Order: sequence, then structure tokens, then C-alpha cells
Amino acid sequence: MVKDQEFLETKASYCLGLAKKLGATDSSVIVKNSISETVNFRNKKLDESNRSDDLGLSITTYIGKKKSSISSSNLLNDNLNILIEKCIETTKNTPEDEFNSLPDRDLFAKEAKELNLYDETHIENNQKIDYLKKLEAAASNDKKIVNTESSFTQNKSNFVLANSEGFCDGYKTSSFTASSVTVAKDEKSMERDYEYSSKCFLKDLDDADELGNLAANQTIRKLSPKKIGSEKIAIIFDKRIAKGVLSTFASAISSSAISRGTSFLKDKVNQKIFSDKINVFDKPDMLKGLGSRNFDSEGVKTDTLKLVDQGILKHYLIDTYNGKKLNLKSNGRCGGTSNLYFENGNINFKDLLNSHSKSLYITETIGHGSNIVTGDYSVGATGFLIENGEFKYPINEITIAGNFKDMFQNITLANDLEFKYATNSPTMLIEGMVVAGK
Amino acid sequence: MSHMSNFFEKSDVSRKEAESIISDTLQKCDDGELYLENSKSESILLDDNKIKNSSYNSDLGFGFRAISDEVVAYSHSNEISKNSLKQSSENLKSTLKSVKGTYNYEIPKSNKKYYDNINPIEQKSLNEKIKILNDVNDYLRSKGDKVKQVTANFLGEQKSVEIIRSGGETLSDVRPLVRFNVSVMVEKDGRKETGVYGVGGRQSYDSYLKDENWKSVCDEALRIASVNLESKPAPAGEMKVVLGPGWPAILIHEAVGHGLEGDFNRKKTSAFHNLMGQKVASEGVTIIDDGTIDNRRGSLTIDDEGTPTEKTVLIENGILKNFMQDRLNARLMKTRSTGSGRRENYRHIVLPRMRNTMMLSGKQTQEEMIKAVDKGIFAVSFGGGQVDITSGKFVFNCTEAYEIVNGKIGSPIKGATLIGDGPSILKEVSMVGNDMMMDPGIGTCGKAGQGVPVGVAQPSILINKMTVGGTKL
Repeated sequence: MVKDQEFLETKASYCLGLAKKLGATDSSVIVKNSISETVNFRNKKLDESNRSDDLGLSITTYIGKKKSSISSSNLLNDNLNILIEKCIETTKNTPEDEFNSLPDRDLFAKEAKELNLYDETHIENNQKIDYLKKLEAAASNDKKIVNTESSFTQNKSNFVLANSEGFCDGYKTSSFTASSVTVAKDEKSMERDYEYSSKCFLKDLDDADELGNLAANQTIRKLSPKKIGSEKIAIIFDKRIAKGVLSTFASAISSSAISRGTSFLKDKVNQKIFSDKINVFDKPDMLKGLGSRNFDSEGVKTDTLKLVDQGILKHYLIDTYNGKKLNLKSNGRCGGTSNLYFENGNINFKDLLNSHSKSLYITETIGHGSNIVTGDYSVGATGFLIENGEFKYPINEITIAGNFKDMFQNITLANDLEFKYATNSPTMLIEGMVVAGK
Repeated sequence: MSHMSNFFEKSDVSRKEAESIISDTLQKCDDGELYLENSKSESILLDDNKIKNSSYNSDLGFGFRAISDEVVAYSHSNEISKNSLKQSSENLKSTLKSVKGTYNYEIPKSNKKYYDNINPIEQKSLNEKIKILNDVNDYLRSKGDKVKQVTANFLGEQKSVEIIRSGGETLSDVRPLVRFNVSVMVEKDGRKETGVYGVGGRQSYDSYLKDENWKSVCDEALRIASVNLESKPAPAGEMKVVLGPGWPAILIHEAVGHGLEGDFNRKKTSAFHNLMGQKVASEGVTIIDDGTIDNRRGSLTIDDEGTPTEKTVLIENGILKNFMQDRLNARLMKTRSTGSGRRENYRHIVLPRMRNTMMLSGKQTQEEMIKAVDKGIFAVSFGGGQVDITSGKFVFNCTEAYEIVNGKIGSPIKGATLIGDGPSILKEVSMVGNDMMMDPGIGTCGKAGQGVPVGVAQPSILINKMTVGGTKL
């Protein structure tokens, strides 16, 4: 069983008490326990079981405007005594930074909403095995599938965040995740693809058959890919890739990138950065949401933010430190976004495919090709050639490139938004990107 | 042998009791061990003119592994106690019901050590580290108004590991690791570019930074940033590519290294699985993976299963010779471990991984290569890369590159992704340089969610055909 609130709170208050006794003027601590149990299958047989029990603590101490932090997985008081003493010593020797401080008192989350983030259900390994047998049977149905690897993980976590201003709160969360990676082969090629489902509640998890079938079909359709020539062409991003555009956007509006001056979106608040129809929300209080939270990692309350309204950037993602530096109040985004999504567009998936006589549908990108300083984007890609709304043939060994400043202005969204991840986008079309191939 | 960490000192379980739980759990398994780890690490970061972060981490835990045939059962915990070990043992037994293997007691021995038993964190005081970071900031900002942002950091670690096998055989290692990084952002006429450089390895910070050597790290970061300020859009399409020596060898790491790891080949999911003994590269191309180079970031005295590391020849004169193996994949493929079994820490299972992956020198000069190109690019430095093992397609991102026109190096070009096909790219290598160089000691390789420190090396090479992912058609 994951450690209860009382155990975590006792450890947290021990640390805060000791830090104060040793001379800290302020301190904050997070204590977390996470227990995961995973079963992996390969080619319809048990391959691996993995149980992990992680207990950890991290404490930040302040002496005036000086700050330092330590973390440890050894929570015995003997060890904590040594570490906190070391932390205080380091704090004393670290130069002052005028912006170091705990959040303003009036910003702390006061009441916790019930967000339905914890499912008591415990799924035994045999039940996981039953699910995986069904999944792998579906995934390996077609003879072209030559390898299947599937996995089922149950995770239960609990944490307490406490600080010397009296904030002390935390809650349990759970997740159940199933995934399947399949390899398909024909005379000319070998390809890999996957499908995945992750939910807070076991009963919401996708059906095993469905998951296996999807993984297999998505892999088989990639066989015998072609390489195409270099040209300027409209790109359609599958939902699983489109969400990456939002993640880059989120990094570029984080207050740390803004205050350091290392973002292409610096000074763009109240300016139009997307096309007219684009709205972006970050909504922390979605029931069972994979990114839902009652407060951020500093204890600051988190309200829903409409980050982009009709194409206009409205907010940065602000934490306490960078907020003070920018002379802005924290909006509870220390640690990033919660449930971040593009609002649906007003065109359906089919019409989006049909909107150009020729386009590329991208299902996977590789490489770390997003530069948030310049906005430049260049990644390896695989996908399909679309002609007149039809999937013609698979393509690979190409790159797609552009600059986010232009890409954002040229986005059209379909109306097929789903909440499958913490960050979600409908299918996305971007005009004017360059494909490099032959 | 020196036991630097006595894992049982403050525990309610004695070494003897632990050994008996291990032997009892593993007796009918084919392999397995208890892996204990105690690591101490620090991070000190200067950013935006201030010391932003000084943090220290102390991590302790064990991972208990039992293997029967192809099935791996693993359980880990932070708590080294009788209760916790027994619970893990029960968990392993419940996965591996009715096992009937024969435990393989054999493990090679070696007295060689590739780094000293030091704690780099303690070898330099916090104040000295802070002073260097502030000096870095002042030095770079004194280079002119165009310098708009400076980030520099120290990362240091000492990791003590102990592997206890069934029957009580114990192997241990103490591993120091440091890294020093500088990143600088410059601005000119509203245009911003960054340059990053770093050094590191398994020695004290001073081995890399003495005699104000940190200045050369700063100079290099600033040089890359300044070059990029003048860069123009990169071309798009297939063309010839000359790679500089050293760090660009992450091409080798991505293009062929991962595909030669034992697990993907046992599972036949690597594009290389049926190519053993065949020609996979041009003549003159020899690639090794070496864990035995003194003090290198990717070097290990023993791997995380206790096997001494070695120099493994992967490709010899174009012919595929060996895969990199851990004990599990070696047994299932009826070969021996190459000392390549690694894990990020006790939370993770062992996988076959790279150490220092190197393409050895040939005879040509870089000058000859440039001269041989009518239209192409010269890539000097990279950010990072990635590979799809199954299709063999790999990418990496240039952070410093130039166009080549009619045998001459031209203007710098913007960062672009290069994409190629692993199994065929090495056949496109038409010249191998005489200037092999190691990388500066900054690489971390990710696989299955686990990051491990690695090294790479290569001479300059000329590749006949690669796709450059620029925007200029």
C-alpha cells in the first residue's frame, strides 16, 4: 500500500521543524511515495514483471534571500539530520537572489476540489496477464506482425507538500496504463508502431482487443514506405504529433524562458501569434484529467486559463520566482501546464484531409528539432501521402521543417479533440512547411 | 577490493542474512542478483547572472532481479531492510512460478580499474565552484554587448554499487562522474542564437578546469553562438555530407550503435538482426565499443551485472562482427556478455547499452573530403539524435554546419535535422579521415526511459548521400 497522508505529513513537519531549528527563515518540503506494478508480455508470453516502491523527499531551505535544496530517498531521521544540516550550510554559502521566496500567502490553494484522481481498485498481476493475453492475441492476428511487446502498469502515488507558511496538503492519484508496440514485416521493409491508453480509473481503460487491433493496423499500414521529393506542402499532424506543437508552445511561454529572454514568444502577450480561430486552454480541474491538480508544485492555486483567445496570446505560465522577476503574479504554473488543449476547430477530419489536393499526413516524428529561442523546427518524419482525401502510400526518411512563428499563423484544426493525454490537440493542418526527401 | 559503502551497516538485515535470501530466491533461476546502490550527486547552476540553484541528492536503494529462461522479474525499493528484501523476494517468486533452471555462477574477473576511487563533490568546495561560475559569467559578458544570456553548471556524482550473486559472490565499484557545461545566447539585429559546450568524465572537476581551462569551454560556446548569428537557411534535400571529428560520432551511435545492441537482435526487431558476418559498411570502416578507456564518461570497470567491461569490435573493415551483450541476451543468443549490461540506477532493469562507441581513423584528410564535394554540407557539431531501431531511420540535429560549394567551405547554415538509414548509411561512407577524436565527455544516451553516460569518437568522414532537413528548396 502506498504510504498514507499521516506518514508523509509527519516526515514533512519533521523536516520543516529541523530546518527552522537550524536557522532557516523559510522552507518547503515535498514527500512522495509511488508504487508501480508492471507486467510485460512479448510474443504472447510473459516477459517481465517489475515492482517499484519509490519513497522520496526534497526540501528547499531559505535564509533570507539565500536558497538551496536537497533530495533523498533515504528517509531515516538520522540521514535527514545530516542532509538538512548540509542543506543549511549550503544555503548560507549560496549568494543572495532578491527574487527567491515562497509564494505570496494569499495565493495558496485554500480548498481542495474533489477531482476524482484516485481509484482504489487494485489489479492483481493475473488480471493484468489476462488483459495482455487478449491484447496480444488481437495484436498478432495478422501474419505480417512478427513481434509484439505489450505492457500493463498500475501506479498509485501519494504526496504531501508543506511549507513554513503553514501550507500543508496533498492527495493520492492513480493511473492504469496499457500499451502495445508491434513490428510488421514484408519483403521490402520492417516497421514499428504502437497504441496506448492511460486512465486514472481502471474501468475507463480502453478495451484490450481494440488496443491490440489499433497497434497492429497502424503498423501494417506503414509497410513498404517510399521516399518522396523535396517540396513545399501542407502537413497534417495526427493528434499524437499535433499535441507536440502545443508542448513547444507551452515551453516558449514558460516564465523562465520569458524572463531569461530565451523564447521566440517573449513580449508577445496581447499580440496575435496564431490564426484567428485558435483558442488554447489550460484547465486544471477536469474530473479524472491526466493533468489535473488542485495546486501547483509550490502550493499556489491553479485556475483555468484561456492562454490564447482568437489567436491572441493572453498569459505566460508563471511561477513565483520568475513572476517576481517579471513583476507578475504567479498563476499556479510552477511545474508546467495541467490539461492543456486546443479548442476544436470547425471542420471535420474528412474535410481536413480533402482541403488540399495533395498533403502529407504525419504519424511520427523523431529528433529534438524544436528550438524555442529562434522558433526553428526541423524533425525526421514518417507518415502517408494524401491525395484528394485518400491515404495513397506510406512515406519515410523525410524531414519536415519550418518556423513556429509562421506555423502558428497557418494552423487549421479539425473538430476531433479527445482527452487521451494531459496535452491534447485535434488533428492539425499546417500550410507552407518544407519537406526534404530525395 | 574496497567496500566503500557498507549497505548493511544501518540495516536490520545482516550481509549473511541478505545472502541467504538471495540464494534462496535465485536457486532455481538461470540468473539474477541483488544490486545495491548508493549515490550522491550535486548540481550547481548559474543562470541569468545569479546562482539559480544549488542542490544535493542522496539516493539509496536496491534492485532484486530473478531470471528464468526469457522471463525477468524485478523488484526495487529504497529501504534496505529484512522486511523489504523478503517482500521483493516473494514478488519475484510469484512471477516465476515453478522455475527449473540452473543458476550460472560463472562471471569473469579482472583487476583492471579505469578510474580512481574519488568523490569529486568533496574535492572542490562550494565556494570555489560558485567562484568559477561567476567568473564564467563575467568572462563571457565582457566579450561584448551581443552576449545576452549565460548559463553554466557543475554536475558531480559518486555512485557506489555492489552486486551480490547467488552463493554470495560480491562485486563492487565506485564511480565518479563530473560534467561542466556552458551555454551562451547572443543577439544581433534582433536575431538570437545559442551556443553550448561542455567537458567531463570520471575524474575530479580540476582535471578538466585547471589553469583556467574553463575559459576555453566558454570560448567554444561563444564561437558556436556567433557562427550561428551569421547562418542562413539550410538547404533541403539529398546531398553529400562531411562530418567533422569527435562529437559528430553520435551519428555512429544512432545509425548503427543502437541497432547492434543484443536485445533488439535477439528479438529480431533490429534492422541488423540478420546481417552478422555480412558487409554493412564501406571498406575501411571499423567501429568498436570500448568500456576500458581511462576516465572516459562511458567507461566502466565492471558493468551493472558485475562483468568487467572490454573493447568490443562491432564492425571490422566493413563486416559486422559482434553485438553488444548483457548476460540475459548473451545466454539466449548462446554467446558471452561483452560487459555491456547497464542501468540508469537501481530503479531500472539491466539492458545491453553502449559505452564509448568509436569509429577508428582511416587515411584521408578532412581537406580532401571538402575538396571532393561540389554541393553539400560540412557538419561540425550536433545537438542530439534519435533512431527508429526497426525501420533503421535515424536523425540528428546540427548545431554548427556550413554549406560546401565547389570544394570550398561557404556560409554557416541554420540548425537542421539530418535523416538517414542506419543499415545503408555506412556503405555511403566514401572517405575516412586520419583525425579521430573523442567527444569532450558530455553524452547521455536514452533507451527505454533510462539515461546512461556514454562517449563517442570518430575521424572526419565523407558520406555520399544524406537528406538534409532545411527549409531552402
